[in-house]
Amino acid sequence: MSAPRSNLEVLPRGVQMVLWLGLLALLVFPFVGTEFYTQMVTRMMIMAIFAMSLDLLQGVTGLVSLGHAAYFGLAGYALAFLTPQTETISLWWSLPLSVLASGAAALVIGFFVVRTHGIYFIMVTMAFAQMVYFVFFDNRALGGSDGLYIYFKPTAQIGGFTLFDLDSRVTMYYFTLALVMLVYVFLRRLLWSPFGRALAGIRVNEHRMRAMGFGTFGYKLSAFTLAGALAGLGGFLWGVQTEYINPELMGFHMSAHAIMMVILGGMGNFAGAIVGAFTFEYVLHVFKDLPYVGEVHLGKHWQLWMGSFIVLVVAFAPRGVLGIVQMLTAGRAKEAKSDV
Amino acid sequence: MDFPTFLIQLLNSVQYGLLLFMLAAGLTLIFGIMGVVNLAHGSFYMLGAYLAYAIAGLSGSLTVAILGGTALAVLFGLVLERLLFRFFYQRDHLDQVLLTFGLIYIFEEMRSLLWGDDVHGVKIPELLRFSIPLTENLSYPVYRLFIAGLCIALAIGLYLLINNTRLGMKIRAGAFNRDMAEALGVNIRRIHAVVFALGVGLAAFAGIIAAPISSVYPNMGSQVLIMCFVVVVIGGIGSVRGALISALLVGLVDTFGKVLLPQISGMLVYMLMAAVLLWKPEGLFKS
Amino acid sequence: MTSRRLVLTRSAALIAAASSGLLLPGLSSAQGNKIRVGLMLPYTGTFAQLGVAIENGFRLAIDEQGGKLGGRDIEYFKVDDESDPPKGVENANKLVLRDKVDVLVGTVHSGVQMGIQKVARDTGVLSIIPNAGVLAATGALCAPNVFRASFSNSQPTRALGAPMVARGHKKAVWITWKYAAGDEAFLGFKEGFLKAGGTIVKEISVPFPNVEFQAQLTEIAALNPDAVACFFAGGGAVKFMKDYAAAGLKGKIPLYGSGFLTEGVIEAAGAAADGVITTMHYADGLDNPRNKAFRLAYAKNFKLQPDVYAVQGYDSGQLLIAGANAVKGDLSNKKALYAAMENANIDSPRGKWKMSRQHNPIQDIYLRQVVNGENKVLSVAAKQLDDSGVGCKMG
Repeated sequence: MSAPRSNLEVLPRGVQMVLWLGLLALLVFPFVGTEFYTQMVTRMMIMAIFAMSLDLLQGVTGLVSLGHAAYFGLAGYALAFLTPQTETISLWWSLPLSVLASGAAALVIGFFVVRTHGIYFIMVTMAFAQMVYFVFFDNRALGGSDGLYIYFKPTAQIGGFTLFDLDSRVTMYYFTLALVMLVYVFLRRLLWSPFGRALAGIRVNEHRMRAMGFGTFGYKLSAFTLAGALAGLGGFLWGVQTEYINPELMGFHMSAHAIMMVILGGMGNFAGAIVGAFTFEYVLHVFKDLPYVGEVHLGKHWQLWMGSFIVLVVAFAPRGVLGIVQMLTAGRAKEAKSDV
Repeated sequence: MDFPTFLIQLLNSVQYGLLLFMLAAGLTLIFGIMGVVNLAHGSFYMLGAYLAYAIAGLSGSLTVAILGGTALAVLFGLVLERLLFRFFYQRDHLDQVLLTFGLIYIFEEMRSLLWGDDVHGVKIPELLRFSIPLTENLSYPVYRLFIAGLCIALAIGLYLLINNTRLGMKIRAGAFNRDMAEALGVNIRRIHAVVFALGVGLAAFAGIIAAPISSVYPNMGSQVLIMCFVVVVIGGIGSVRGALISALLVGLVDTFGKVLLPQISGMLVYMLMAAVLLWKPEGLFKS
Repeated sequence: MTSRRLVLTRSAALIAAASSGLLLPGLSSAQGNKIRVGLMLPYTGTFAQLGVAIENGFRLAIDEQGGKLGGRDIEYFKVDDESDPPKGVENANKLVLRDKVDVLVGTVHSGVQMGIQKVARDTGVLSIIPNAGVLAATGALCAPNVFRASFSNSQPTRALGAPMVARGHKKAVWITWKYAAGDEAFLGFKEGFLKAGGTIVKEISVPFPNVEFQAQLTEIAALNPDAVACFFAGGGAVKFMKDYAAAGLKGKIPLYGSGFLTEGVIEAAGAAADGVITTMHYADGLDNPRNKAFRLAYAKNFKLQPDVYAVQGYDSGQLLIAGANAVKGDLSNKKALYAAMENANIDSPRGKWKMSRQHNPIQDIYLRQVVNGENKVLSVAAKQLDDSGVGCKMG
């Protein structure tokens, strides 16, 4: 196979500053954006959580999963099954339960899947995801190919007092943003913990890790389970936001998009996953909205623009968008040094 | 199921399996032997189908379409390799994944621009347009038997090429250790170009041959793609023999699964792959 | 120090530029007196052909009436839904929240329709369905602001049973893909066929979107029923008919189907389609003046032959016109608007039809047969057929 990547694990000053600016922009956005765009950025943030969960597997541990969307969708389905048609349920237990459902599925599937390597791992994860997909697609009782509605968003109440109302788009936005930051901080801490270092070691050379006495199976399974649970968090939020769950959320294309986002942004540091998710969705949105030039509707041919964009990025930016940011900001710093 | 029906289903299995092998042959070469993850394989298959429609439509002959279409596809493969893929051999597999994802989008759009979004059909050649009666009700289309025969010839040819020729030897050497092969005087660049173009050509060839029985429509590549990867992986990457046996196995499981276990027939192939990989984590025939 | 400032300013500029891309369209709202029509259709992917036909038909209807709705000019907004269900809600919101359309016309794929239905029920926007036949849209999930101008999945097949039995074909095998539309088509067929005295020998389902039919065809031959009834569409329909013929079943076991089996695919299927009998709410060769005029106008405008999807788009336009004219362009007058649409007599190329209580067409279903590369109308299989509308709590 190919050489393992050297990732951008330590974020250089320049990149950090750009990220802080991005966070600032996100904090302020609902005040300047319209309802639709607030909702759209919320969705981008949900995808960012999904991408970060995959980055833990793919970027850090070196396990490329082509079936990660299964855990994303499962939490959404859990929420759909938990929410009755006529009344609301509480956020406080529906969120943990849904995340747990995804995590449990990841644990069970991971137990079988983690013993394979390389391309075989990729294919087995895809196989299991397809099995989960078909279970839901083929069974009317589970919603079938047309999916399920979630009739009410979960409530956030303590003793009858409503803390916040997720029906408000702005509230949903900040709730999601808070979770994005929480997950990011958690994962960054994890990256530099002994556990995270072991995972990175497994990515670089698993044999060596085993030789040094690490039980790599356990580490990989833990990473797989944790990644699945975090993907479930994303899926839960998706369900809350759109209130409609469809088997395609667990499908091949969703998994493929997640992989693309992670690679596009830059792997192994979680910031890249966020950037990748935002970039992918944003660029797609821009291309689809291109105006007419004379008789030709440029937006109709968005597949051409999107495909070309992806090819250009992978050809000229091996470390993804974050790598580009790093190059741009590092160059300036070097110039300045020579001035002084 | 009575015995004659069982035999016919067996025939169906083998024929479908051979068809799958033909579809997967191009992927076996590019992915199995060169180690390049090519998700655009389905797009090349679609290219073949649309070329069949276009050329057969113009010339009125499928034979012309087969020869002309395959030649065009090989040419296209050479150009693509030269301009793009050549820079990705040493890159991480994930970069190849991303690259070919992007290419899928581009190819879909090009197909739409060149040939539109309608559903098309390609006629089976006059000579092969009849069926052999098997039972009172059921006949077997001769064209499918023709395809099966072609597949067997292809399998033998590919196996001989890889294992019994100098070119095959160089290909295998290059796949095993590129630098060493180059040091020993093998022109790796040319080998890679040839193998890649051959892979694209095979995918397109499969599309052309199968077009009369599968019809030509947008997105037809994506369904084929997953199946091809499944076949190659079950068989063991890099093994032509493995790909053939796994294709037949998939054909068997799929065909009998549809009849005996229809409730889960959609999942059966994936269950098969999962089962095989859990038993033999590197496929049936490790190469 | 210089570098840090430079980095900050450049990054801020970059992010500001990116965010403004998300704000700009907000500025373009609040136009003058135009009615905003949102089209949410598949412009790429497997169903692109259908999306184009629907839009063509819709625009033709509007243009024939002078290009205005209730005297007001129209501004169109289009979204490509890619037939992708997870994006259904988001795409519908693009039209409803961002572009603030007054009416949403869409879509083809039932999974996507479920997303639109959610947005339609939540926001109350006027919604016209030009194709998606998902039963729930005019069933359990019906709403006063949702109207369907096409069909419901069980309608065409409900009329299939009686003609089959009338032709002496009492024992049938049913085959279709295993997904919602297939299941719903079977519901209709089962009801109609059993009521007419037929028996279903076996119900065969093919995993979606698998198109390898050899195993099932062998099974059908072994079962030896009087006839086979099916529901397939698009590329799958072509393959099924071709495989059916190549397996020698064509002459021996008659093939019936929901009309989508032979819609827009006869040319691709060639001789394999000859003689196949189907039921649907439209046929190209329908002999009424409205259809003749429509086909001429469509061919002239778009240099293409229209199909059922174009007719459904056309009727969506007619329906909207009827409503808009009744309220003289004031679409906010919902009560009058809905009433007008509920009572509209649509003079369609498919024949005259009206809305059912659940807002689905009550229409004639035709018995057609493929003759000389065209769907020839044999008779009216069912007159003014309602859809089951099970679960709808309206009206």
